[in-house]
Amino acid sequence: MAIQRTDGRAADEGALLALRGISKSFGPVQALKQVDLEVRGGELLGLVGHNGAGKSTLMNILFGVTSPDRGDIILESQAMDERYGPALAHRLGIRCVFQELSLCPNLSAVENALIVHPSLEGTGWKRRAKSLILTRLHEIFPGHGIDVQTPVGNLPIGQRQMVEIARAFTESNNLAKVVILDEPTSSLDSSAAQQLLRFLQRTVLDGKACILITHKLTEVLNFAQRVVVMKDAGVVADVSGAGLSRERLFTLMGSVERAMVTPEASSFAGMRRVDVVGNTGGPSELRIEAGETVGLAGLAGHGQKEVLHRIYAASRSGRDKGCRVTGSAAYVSGDRQREGIFPLWSIASNITIASVRSLSRGSFINPVKEQRLAEAWREKINIRSKSVLQSILSLSGGNRQKALVARAFATDAEIILFDDPTRGVDFDTKRELYSQIDSASRSGRCFVWYTTETDELFLCDRVYVFHEGKVVDSLVRSELSEERLLQASFHEA
Amino acid sequence: MPLAIRRLVAQPSFYATAGAVLVWLVIVAHSHGVGGGAVISGALNYSVFFALVGVGQMLVMASGAGNIDLSIPANITLAAYLSSGQMQGANAGMAAGFAIGLLSGVIIGLANALLILALRIPPMVATLASGLVIESFCFAYSRVSVAKPAPLLVSFTTQRLAGIPLVVIAAIVASAAVIAVLKRSLFGRHIFACGQNMTAAWLAGVNVRRTRVFAYVACSTFAALAGILFAGFTGGPSLNMGSEFLLSSIAVVVIGGTNVAGGQASVVGTWSASIFLFLLLTMLNVFQVDPGLKNVITGALIIAVLALGKANRPQAQ
Amino acid sequence: MANTSRRYAENAGSALAVLMSKRSTLSVIALVLVLVAVFWMRPNIARYNGVRLLLNLSPVLIFTALAQMFIMTASDIDLSIGSFVALVNVIVAGIASPGLAAAALLACVAGYGLMGALIHWLRLPSIVVTLGASFVWLGLGLMVLPLPGGDVPLWLSDAMRLRPPWVPAPVLVALVAMLLGHLILYQTSFGVILRGVGSSPAALERAGRSTLRARMSLYALAGICGVIAGVFLAGITTTGDANVGRGLTLLSVGAVIIGGGEFVGGIVSPVGTVMGALVMQLSGSLLSFASVAPAWQYSVQGGILVCILGLRAISWRRVVT
Repeated sequence: MAIQRTDGRAADEGALLALRGISKSFGPVQALKQVDLEVRGGELLGLVGHNGAGKSTLMNILFGVTSPDRGDIILESQAMDERYGPALAHRLGIRCVFQELSLCPNLSAVENALIVHPSLEGTGWKRRAKSLILTRLHEIFPGHGIDVQTPVGNLPIGQRQMVEIARAFTESNNLAKVVILDEPTSSLDSSAAQQLLRFLQRTVLDGKACILITHKLTEVLNFAQRVVVMKDAGVVADVSGAGLSRERLFTLMGSVERAMVTPEASSFAGMRRVDVVGNTGGPSELRIEAGETVGLAGLAGHGQKEVLHRIYAASRSGRDKGCRVTGSAAYVSGDRQREGIFPLWSIASNITIASVRSLSRGSFINPVKEQRLAEAWREKINIRSKSVLQSILSLSGGNRQKALVARAFATDAEIILFDDPTRGVDFDTKRELYSQIDSASRSGRCFVWYTTETDELFLCDRVYVFHEGKVVDSLVRSELSEERLLQASFHEA
Repeated sequence: MPLAIRRLVAQPSFYATAGAVLVWLVIVAHSHGVGGGAVISGALNYSVFFALVGVGQMLVMASGAGNIDLSIPANITLAAYLSSGQMQGANAGMAAGFAIGLLSGVIIGLANALLILALRIPPMVATLASGLVIESFCFAYSRVSVAKPAPLLVSFTTQRLAGIPLVVIAAIVASAAVIAVLKRSLFGRHIFACGQNMTAAWLAGVNVRRTRVFAYVACSTFAALAGILFAGFTGGPSLNMGSEFLLSSIAVVVIGGTNVAGGQASVVGTWSASIFLFLLLTMLNVFQVDPGLKNVITGALIIAVLALGKANRPQAQ
Repeated sequence: MANTSRRYAENAGSALAVLMSKRSTLSVIALVLVLVAVFWMRPNIARYNGVRLLLNLSPVLIFTALAQMFIMTASDIDLSIGSFVALVNVIVAGIASPGLAAAALLACVAGYGLMGALIHWLRLPSIVVTLGASFVWLGLGLMVLPLPGGDVPLWLSDAMRLRPPWVPAPVLVALVAMLLGHLILYQTSFGVILRGVGSSPAALERAGRSTLRARMSLYALAGICGVIAGVFLAGITTTGDANVGRGLTLLSVGAVIIGGGEFVGGIVSPVGTVMGALVMQLSGSLLSFASVAPAWQYSVQGGILVCILGLRAISWRRVVT
């Protein structure tokens, strides 16, 4: 794979950190293939790439949470051996801000700061840890207003993220030399995000290095000095940030072609399926008609999931006055581990669980019919396995997700609720899913689709943009543009 | 290891069954091959009550991590008193006695489910509390009534058909029904879905609440049934007749290979474990092991079986 | 100067806030209610000797509950603590040689730590391991002292009869227990790690901390509290009985939960736990004062448990929504 390199500096010279030929597989999935990366002091490095490109694995390896199958981690010109782990990483000045956050929810911000600084222990640790974390919070997020004594589990997600970020920059005996931030702004509002990015710019001036992993290309384009692009488990480009254009970055990342599904006027127009009034509170109310594909956009954690849950609950109980649902609904979660698969079961049982009721007489399930149904959907949706009787865990992530989609499609539900179903799914699988969605909506099913990938919104007939739990904008496909989405997401009307 | 053996070992009920067979062999060897059948028959006659209670506890534990019924001992005692009190030592009251005993079981199950689901009290504490309340009823009832099981019930629990106690045959039929329900019915599917992941189960269209209520009601009904029968077996209820069942009901479920974290259960394993524990005690008695050491060995074996099973079974992530 | 005094006020305020945090509030209210009821029914108990006798046995449940609390800090549960306390009781009463007895007690604590390590290494469910351990402790107890009896060292039973000035000994014990528990879990940096392991072991590992050591420490602390409870039991009853621990286990779980603890998430309150233990202990006396028939005393105890937890569930739900 040819790596495009535009800065000609010699490798290793003054590098705080270097990776050489790192490879890693998880079962059938190759997460990283022969990755090389250097980070120099005084550098703000942007790391971009689509979901599943290997960014998070790379970061876990850097931090010693996962060990690579092959390759070397070199810190300050010294190769690390198998003892390399988070404890050593901390001592050597490597810090991480994890996407799913790594704070203990029952501990306060002060106590969470203590955990990463063994040298603070002894009498007076509370005072020392408090001043440490408060100093950084004030420095990075002036006017943050966070109560550092309350358990962080009680703080809103944005404040939790600020605490996690500030903690990564605290220094005792353990210095922070290389700080890796994975989607640090995903739960921050725009002003806090700007505060953070400006701080990153300032802080690298005194010799630190920061790696910024983000989906928001604007952040990378405006702030990073160097940009590394990952795709399909490898580094495909390593370019200077100066003068980099959005279009070029898009090309390097290999973005999804937009005009994949030809827009077609819905032939079921007028038949209302979902009607959410009140509580969404914004200028627009949420309406979904048969055959329609509706996207829910906005920053992560701004109420999209809650609306999906509300529609689902209303379809089950019908007691929600503010949410009228006609027909039944099926739910597909992208959080396979926590909300999707039943790990002890076969692929077949995982597919049929939502539709076994219709396969049973009295309350006993007809096993022949059940297996036939599972087989049929395995073929239809192209799940790659020898038999549907194998354990669901024998499948790769993408195929597990297909099984979950099959579960929803196998029901007679008229409404399919998608909760970011293509999270961490490879490109081919996505393309297959898109065509499945397309053909299903032609047969009258409607889709409510929450996605964190902007490209997928272009497949929707209509997009509702969420901000702080409310619908702030509603766009039909022809009005859709990335700028418009970002504007609405940050509520910058 | 050959595949067939590996498959066998991977069965949840393997260790309990192997243990039972092993202990039985030791007992038979000790008596120079005499009375092996009698040992089994005797073990069955006693362990059937533990198996019945265990199957109920198993349903609750399979319905998800943290689910447990600690009200079982009091429940057993109350059902025993109510049924025997109704029978008054006469065969005429037998049907009514069974009905009233089982009804108390159903009501207790509903009450437990109410505390756990409506008041959101953790199952362990909710059933502990309900157990205390039920115990009061037992005390109060034992004072005011003459409780004596019907002669027919007494003979049912001790009579044998072809060497197998009648009550065991009945319990095996009931257990077979449970196996069928778990394997083939919607309820079985739903309970294991809830047990693996309640959120996923809800999102897959399972009525999680109803399933959990069913599990608790089934559990307490099984315990009540065991109580009614046990009163017949021992010739009449007593206030502490249930206490033995508290820890052993959990032990037989776990040794039998049911996943404590939920989502999977083994009826056969629960039976095997009940027989295993009884035979183990018989063996230790045969060897005249002192009561202290007997307990130590039992405890160590519970932990060992769990550790072995954990090491040899494929793990969910 | 003004600054210092304000800081003191703030500290006092935050200490009060910790004491009165939402989690232990209910146990405070419950304890006050039970106490008021007891004193109202038996006014002459409200003096030094009355309280001393009323709370005579409470140190046993208090330390048993603290032991359970340490285990629950790790999001585990201990079904063996009752028989462990009984084991300690018979060791104290049944082993005459002080050196041997002390060694045996040390071995007990080590055994608890190892149990924690076993649970951690093999990722076994604590509920079953401790269930098995409960048979082991009971068996060891029976081996030391097959029948109830034995002799408790004189100095120990004398110590139980100590009458400190002003404050009756059991109250003093309760206060010391609260303070110690609070200091260990909430005032030391080590306590932070201990609580962290119960809520997010992954976060601790990522911070380079050993979760094995934290888990073992919690179990060892539980072992120490169990030993203290057993020594109190021996001193107060001046006899040993391996079967005495049956009811203690479940009462200890109740005390932790009433005190605002949770089964998962490393959320516990030492102050609340001690009060919860006192509530459980006193409600028994209260019922006998109220001449509730012995048969119904269990019922009322269960009812109290349900009321407290039901109230808590309802009030928290309101906070959440």
